[in-house]
Amino acid sequence: MEHGSFTDNSAATFSLTDEDHTIANAVRFNLNQDPRVTFCGYSIPHPSEARVNIRVQTTGDPAREVLKDACQNLMLMCRNVRCTFDKAVEDFKASNAVKAMKIDSQDSSGDDSEESE
Amino acid sequence: MAEGAGEEKKKFSIWDLPDVPVGQLPPHLELQRSRVSCNKDAPIHTESIQYSGAYASMGIDNSSRLDRFSNNFRVEVVRLNEDDMEFDMIGIDAAIANSFRRILIAELPTMAIEKVLIANNTSIIQDEVLAHRLGLVPIRVDPRLFDYLSENDQPNEKNTVVFKLHVQCKRGSPRITVKSDALKWLPNGSELVKETRNATSDSSSKPETYTYFGCSQETIPEFVKNPIIPKYPDIIIAKLGPGQEIELEAHAVKGIGKTHAKWSPVATAWYRMLPEVVLLEDIEDDLAEELKSKCPVNVFDIEDLGKGRRRATVARPRACTLCRECIRGDDWEKRVALRRVKDHFIFTIESTGALPPEVLFTEAVKILEDKCERVITELS
Repeated sequence: MEHGSFTDNSAATFSLTDEDHTIANAVRFNLNQDPRVTFCGYSIPHPSEARVNIRVQTTGDPAREVLKDACQNLMLMCRNVRCTFDKAVEDFKASNAVKAMKIDSQDSSGDDSEESE
Repeated sequence: MAEGAGEEKKKFSIWDLPDVPVGQLPPHLELQRSRVSCNKDAPIHTESIQYSGAYASMGIDNSSRLDRFSNNFRVEVVRLNEDDMEFDMIGIDAAIANSFRRILIAELPTMAIEKVLIANNTSIIQDEVLAHRLGLVPIRVDPRLFDYLSENDQPNEKNTVVFKLHVQCKRGSPRITVKSDALKWLPNGSELVKETRNATSDSSSKPETYTYFGCSQETIPEFVKNPIIPKYPDIIIAKLGPGQEIELEAHAVKGIGKTHAKWSPVATAWYRMLPEVVLLEDIEDDLAEELKSKCPVNVFDIEDLGKGRRRATVARPRACTLCRECIRGDDWEKRVALRRVKDHFIFTIESTGALPPEVLFTEAVKILEDKCERVITELS
């Protein structure tokens, strides 16, 4: 839900229900990184009510578009984090498996297996 | 920037100062931007400078574009077991790391016992205390295979897991301890029969129970080889004296940690920033020995310089717990600097057993993506 002025759409407050600091802080971080933004912040009007107000003021672009871009950026960042994490876990498991095989082969026979690092 | 100071005794010319690096921040500002300085009384420079125009007057662009993020971001796994993992995330901001931590604790779904139908309880543990304890027992089942059960739904094989507990301590036998391995999984649903008022119910059909299972859960391929059991078989649920009996049925449903902590899939999940310990001046001989003995986690080491002289070095900065013993006392603050790197997080996740920790983290990132998508659709 957007609270802004009809004439000037570069500044608005967005009221999101069923949200809390989890997404609001992350979106606020991304908004700050956008060079079109002059001011951004979020507040939680009352802790018992799950509602977040995000305020965005821009240098002329409509605030709604800037917020959407920030959310898109956040989504892409998350996908990147997921890919990097999955790859790191796979590499770790693979290198551990190699180490386990090396220890086994050194115990059973006297030969050293090739280092794959 | 510095001007020729008149108070200095020696001749000081600004032409002797090093050049300000172009396109980069000068070293003292870079220190403020990327490190938390942990002083004796309190840390300073703790906030992260996120605003894109923060250094605009110096001609430096602080905005982060996605390509710069994906180039700089790294993950290094330090330890990965069946139940816990420790990994480093480098190049990310505290806001996002905190979002992941909050989602891991409160918004990842799990299965936990919610409804307990007690047929007989003559033990000294009260009904509600017994039900509370049963709810906290972690169950080894993948919650992604189940749906949520809302108020209007009927409990069926897609949203409920049924357990039975029937223990009895016979008269004359010693006291027994009821552990969580006494919970038996009922793949065919509830066995307690509902009492129906009308006497003309057709006796040929099956009696109505508290769940409406269409098929047995044993036929689902994931459960053929892995029956659903509590993760730890030795959790003490109750103790029975002679002549006492507990007979109950427990229904487990899917939920998230926000509603009740029993649905949290992690024992806990936390992160800390990478500690950086810097020796500001050379510390030799006796001072070095003193420094090495002060640190309770052995961050410092002594190296021999030859001719009997020794020098202190920082060997294990990652182990630093920020106890600040090394800067306690006169003058030590001038010799040792304790700092934290603002974009390097050491994440530790301890899972309660439903899902392995690396799967938990991936699911948490997916949930953050879903939240963003929800916001985007609300805005469009």
